[in-house]
Amino acid sequence: MSMFRRHGEHCVATFAPDEVRVLRKVASEVVGLLSEGFDHEDPVVERLFPDIYPDDPHNSAEFRRYTEGDLKTSKIDQAGAILAGLPSDGGGEVRLDWDTAEAWLRALNDARLAMGVRLEIKAETDLGEELDEAVLRDPTSSRVFQLSVYAYLGYLQESLLNALTD
Amino acid sequence: MPVADRAWVTIVWDDPVNLMSYVTWVFQKLFGYSKDKAEKLMLDVHHKGKAVVSSGARERMEHDASQLHAYGLWATVDQA
Repeated sequence: MSMFRRHGEHCVATFAPDEVRVLRKVASEVVGLLSEGFDHEDPVVERLFPDIYPDDPHNSAEFRRYTEGDLKTSKIDQAGAILAGLPSDGGGEVRLDWDTAEAWLRALNDARLAMGVRLEIKAETDLGEELDEAVLRDPTSSRVFQLSVYAYLGYLQESLLNALTD
Repeated sequence: MPVADRAWVTIVWDDPVNLMSYVTWVFQKLFGYSKDKAEKLMLDVHHKGKAVVSSGARERMEHDASQLHAYGLWATVDQA
């Protein structure tokens, strides 16, 4: 697994082809979810765009009317920063300046939030145990893959944050 | 600040996905809080389920909450 390190004014990591494929897939999924797939009934959308007044649907909707477009655009742009920063073919080095590194941090967080909702991650969830159980049930299942990707994104986000605040 | 302008608060709620280090960083970045203050707020969110992260005029709190949403934190606005 790759991790980010600080090189002067940049955060740098070298990714294997598999990692690039996974990152491209999750970032594209976030873009899809926020564009053609956008659905207010989707629990992922509910989590990424929470009601600002939980007990006041009218004022929440009113606020949403003015802010949702911009919020959606910034989330699509930050996922786009991952897509734009990845090597176009195979593996390779990713070198992020300060602003792009922050966009990656937010985008990795959005991707983790989306996966966390789908995987039903709870406060008491022990990711290691969850993964062991899923492997015992069926090592080739999509849940095993999704849980591994979720864990990987957390590790990558933490390393990028450490590199940025080093 | 007049009382009426302090009458609203931005609240951040605990969630099982956001990394503790990331939440601390967001508080420092958005509000200019010291690392100590940001960490204390993050721990309040984590242990108590929520914390007031800013207070002031309603429009200002709506702005703060929507900034927090851009960073993926679960924020709401309420009267103090």
